[in-house]
Amino acid sequence: MLPLTWAIPALPLAGFAVLGLAGRRLTPRAVAWVGAGSVAAAFALAAAVAAAFLAAPPAGGAFSQTLWTWWTVGGLAAHVSLRLDPLSLVFVLVVTFVGSLVLLYSTEYMEGDPDYSRFFAWMDLFAGSMLVLVLAADFLLLYLGWEAVGLCSYLLIGFWYRDCANGRAAMKAFVVTRVGDVALLVGILLLFTQLGTLGIQSAMSRAVDAWPTGAAVASVAAALVLGGAVGKSAQLPLQVWLPDAMAGPTPVSALIHAATMVTAGVYLIARTGALFAIAPGVRLAVAVIGALTLLIAGFSALAQSDIKKVAAYSTVSQLGYMFVALGVGAASAAVFHMFTHAFFKALIFLGAGAVIKAMDEDRDMFHMGGLKDRMPLTFWTFTIGCASLAALPLVTAGFYSKDLILFESFASPYGDVWLWLAGLVGSVLTALYASRMVLLTFFGPLKREPSGLPGPRMAVPMVTLAVLAVVAGFVQVPGYLGGKPLFTGLVGAGLPARSSPLVGAALASAIAGVLVLAGIASAYWLYEPGRPALDRLVATPWGAALHRAFLAGFGFDAAYEAVFVRPYRRLAELDRGDFVDPAYRAAGRLAAWCGGALDGLETGRVRNYAFGIGIGVVVVLAVVMLR
Amino acid sequence: MILLALLLVPFAGGVLAWAAETVSPLAVRWTALCAAALELVVAAVAWFAYPAPAAGWPPWVAQFQAEWVPQLGISFHLAADGLSLALIALTGFLGVAGVVASWREITQRVGLFHFQLLWALAGVTGVFLAADLFLLYFMWELMLVPMYFLIALWGHEDRRRAAMKFFLFTQAGGLLMLIAIASLYVAHGRRTGVYTFEYSALLGSPAALGASVWLALGFVAAFAVKLPAVPLHPWLPDAHTQAPTAGSIVLAGLLLKSGAYGFLRFVLPLFPAASAEIAPYALWAGAAGTVYGAFLAFPQRDLKRFVAYTSVSHMGYVLIGAFAGSRLALTGAALEMLCHGLSTGALFMIAGALMDRAGTRDMGRLGGLLAALPRMNAWTTAFVLASIGLPGLGNFVAEFLVLAGVFSVSPAVAAVGAAAMIASMVYGVWLLYDVFQGPAPVAGDADASRLPDLRGPEAAVLAVMTAGLVWLGVYPQPAVSAIEAGVGPPDVPVAAAPARAARTAAERAEAPAGVPGGARERAPR
Repeated sequence: MLPLTWAIPALPLAGFAVLGLAGRRLTPRAVAWVGAGSVAAAFALAAAVAAAFLAAPPAGGAFSQTLWTWWTVGGLAAHVSLRLDPLSLVFVLVVTFVGSLVLLYSTEYMEGDPDYSRFFAWMDLFAGSMLVLVLAADFLLLYLGWEAVGLCSYLLIGFWYRDCANGRAAMKAFVVTRVGDVALLVGILLLFTQLGTLGIQSAMSRAVDAWPTGAAVASVAAALVLGGAVGKSAQLPLQVWLPDAMAGPTPVSALIHAATMVTAGVYLIARTGALFAIAPGVRLAVAVIGALTLLIAGFSALAQSDIKKVAAYSTVSQLGYMFVALGVGAASAAVFHMFTHAFFKALIFLGAGAVIKAMDEDRDMFHMGGLKDRMPLTFWTFTIGCASLAALPLVTAGFYSKDLILFESFASPYGDVWLWLAGLVGSVLTALYASRMVLLTFFGPLKREPSGLPGPRMAVPMVTLAVLAVVAGFVQVPGYLGGKPLFTGLVGAGLPARSSPLVGAALASAIAGVLVLAGIASAYWLYEPGRPALDRLVATPWGAALHRAFLAGFGFDAAYEAVFVRPYRRLAELDRGDFVDPAYRAAGRLAAWCGGALDGLETGRVRNYAFGIGIGVVVVLAVVMLR
Repeated sequence: MILLALLLVPFAGGVLAWAAETVSPLAVRWTALCAAALELVVAAVAWFAYPAPAAGWPPWVAQFQAEWVPQLGISFHLAADGLSLALIALTGFLGVAGVVASWREITQRVGLFHFQLLWALAGVTGVFLAADLFLLYFMWELMLVPMYFLIALWGHEDRRRAAMKFFLFTQAGGLLMLIAIASLYVAHGRRTGVYTFEYSALLGSPAALGASVWLALGFVAAFAVKLPAVPLHPWLPDAHTQAPTAGSIVLAGLLLKSGAYGFLRFVLPLFPAASAEIAPYALWAGAAGTVYGAFLAFPQRDLKRFVAYTSVSHMGYVLIGAFAGSRLALTGAALEMLCHGLSTGALFMIAGALMDRAGTRDMGRLGGLLAALPRMNAWTTAFVLASIGLPGLGNFVAEFLVLAGVFSVSPAVAAVGAAAMIASMVYGVWLLYDVFQGPAPVAGDADASRLPDLRGPEAAVLAVMTAGLVWLGVYPQPAVSAIEAGVGPPDVPVAAAPARAARTAAERAEAPAGVPGGARERAPR
């Protein structure tokens, strides 16, 4: 089975090729079959490959496959080669599984869109590129996947091109992430020229051999890789693109901007963990960035009225948790949270999509309300998703993954109590905004009659994900509950094993659990429709200021607009005529002027010429005689 | 002989096309199309007929020599290696693209137009084949004159000024090169007693090796203007903008390449010491070009001017690659020449097609065309993506090789070159937004919904260009092998200055044969 690994990304890419070349001539039904079917087939294959992998793990814990040599110049080469190990296996399974469900959902959600085939073509291209990204054994191939998923993100954010705002959001996403991508590219160049290889594994082992812990070059390389991760995973200071990316159709947000692409940064740092291990300063920066991001995004999510923006800030915040885990050296905990987050966040988006569709693309939660009885299936699945997001203790998947991160954030040798506190504050915020979403959308008086209920192709993915949002956590039940660390045992193979002190872990979980319950309770007190508590809070000057700051995402957009965007545009506009050009024009004018000046000498009068000749003779004679 | 055929096809094709005007304009077009296609075919045949390069350097795969003016040591010596043949194949292909693009656009003096077009191609081919410096200068001037007339006679509103500017800039550079060629000829003759313009004789000549930087700068001047290197670029936006579509394609796709080719074929091998002295300045000029070109493309409102400035940016990478002093970077520079020829040629073709349909190049009056022209949007997106260096398309491989090659010489230059990719992303998405996604202009000049989309021959040519860029993006190895041997002087290391860490890494890891040491391995010679 393992030698078929290449076909996992190839299947969606083939789907893209078929839809790209012949999509316009296919019926919508055929488009749906090709578009969703190719990813579902990739999932089936991935499951078979995973079974084979787990049944008989290949030597060294990884299966490698070189498809062809990309280029080779004088012995230095880039290969198109794949590497399947537990880390990539988890990502492959998540991408293909969530991808199949989201595409199934899309077959109904996007029905009637004039660009139905274009949508599926790009979603397939995305799935294929994302699989290339996580399977790449070569930095350059990883970068190819990295840029290609960014391209798909750009194309799909601007999918509904008739509204220019979508095009602008797409531009913003592509440009902002490109800043990170260039950092990553320079990082790859640095590793390549210093270590003489583009292979990820060989580069890591050579880096560890060549550079002592704390070496400047290792820190620079790690910082550049971190730059790439920060861009893709929407962390500080490049988080600004993700809330705007919600302009895309909701299934796009579910798959690309929640479950998969935005976790590429987490994947990258986990993959290059050896490099971060010898760059302790940068590793600490990862944790600090994660902690700050999770707080800032958590606060921002509190004030949004657009349901998708709440979910977007929530994604940024949850990615912050993953970065904290990476920063304290607990990569497997980060990947575990990625795993559960993919299910519950995709579920939240799919539920939000069902609501938005029923509201005719109105995304404002204050225009919704009371949908609990009108859309019961959506309500229950969405609520389960939000409960998992809020990490409702013991019964949700989100609890187990977030609990592991919170525990590692202080218990890990690189942990710090401040990181833990930030995580705790974040989990209160998460409980608040998750509950707020449910309360505003589904409780209170009915404000608007839903125009339609999700059909079976939308319902099945939502129910499936709801089940997983609960049970996916049971693969990693903490020791104090008598469970076994199955997930981290698989992914963390090779990472230092850690014996968790039972009492401390249980106590920490209890604190976090109580805080989550308190958060949910206070959400009810604050947001339950009809209660004036929040309005009174916002009415105070401090409350109003805070609300404005939260709503604007702490003003990063405005700051970037003022510092980067506007000066760049102004400068470019000023220089449109190219300031070099006038220099040449001046030279041209000078030549013309000289010509004109000399022109006056040509008078046609013999006496002038004779005078000139006379002067010349005198000068020459003088020079000759005086020498 | 086949090289002579490569040269004669466009010359004869040009004359025939002019003569065919007595029959009909259509006959002219078909003659020109066949001549350009034949050029492509002959270049391919030349490549397959002589697969193994001769021993020695340059690794010529084919040569042709005839006496011309033996008294002065001038011979009609044509020679080609993989790089020349690849560029000549590009010449034939872009010739086809140019004829197709002119099909509807050129209606006046059709015969003369195609004559000029083909003679310009012939001049370019001659430059790519010249193995005699006198012949080089001859061909260099030959490609200039028809290009001047293409702009001045069939160009747009401001064509005369643009043509004159183009002529003055390139002629100034060309004359400096003439002086340098003559000085080299005399210096070589005085030292050795043999007066010759022969390339292989001058290669390694004590006169050239010991030549002052000034002599090398004579060549550099001509090539840097043609490339163009910032700040010698102001002729380019005017010429590209005012030229007819075919003229822009040939200018961007081929004439700029003659400058780049000059660096790789003449400056670096003839004057290695002087090149090393010039290198730091050239690297920074290249880095400045990558950023400045991308920066200036963004605010342009004239679509063709916009594309023209992107060329300045890309040629910056070529300049960096030429002077980075490593085989990696040189190969990247050569590959960038091919990829840029395709991607920018295609963008000019699209600009021409758009102008033909919408009646304007003014981006302020274009907008919201996606609904009406989905195929045009798809093509434009593809070529813009190539232009901004998206992996999977050829330009990325080329730019990565250049940056990887220069990194160990100057990380700063590499970082600036990489940062230019942010600026190119800005212009790329802006172009797509402004023309296709963004708001439609208030008062539509033409009813956008009734514009005909790209079809037929234009679409076919663009499809081939896309396929070429994808091929160079995912499996460039055949092209890399073909051009790698011929780039730069023979003793250039794979990667420049050995990195210290790589050495220690290699020593400690004792990894399998040669790979880690590759960073300091010398190219096998």
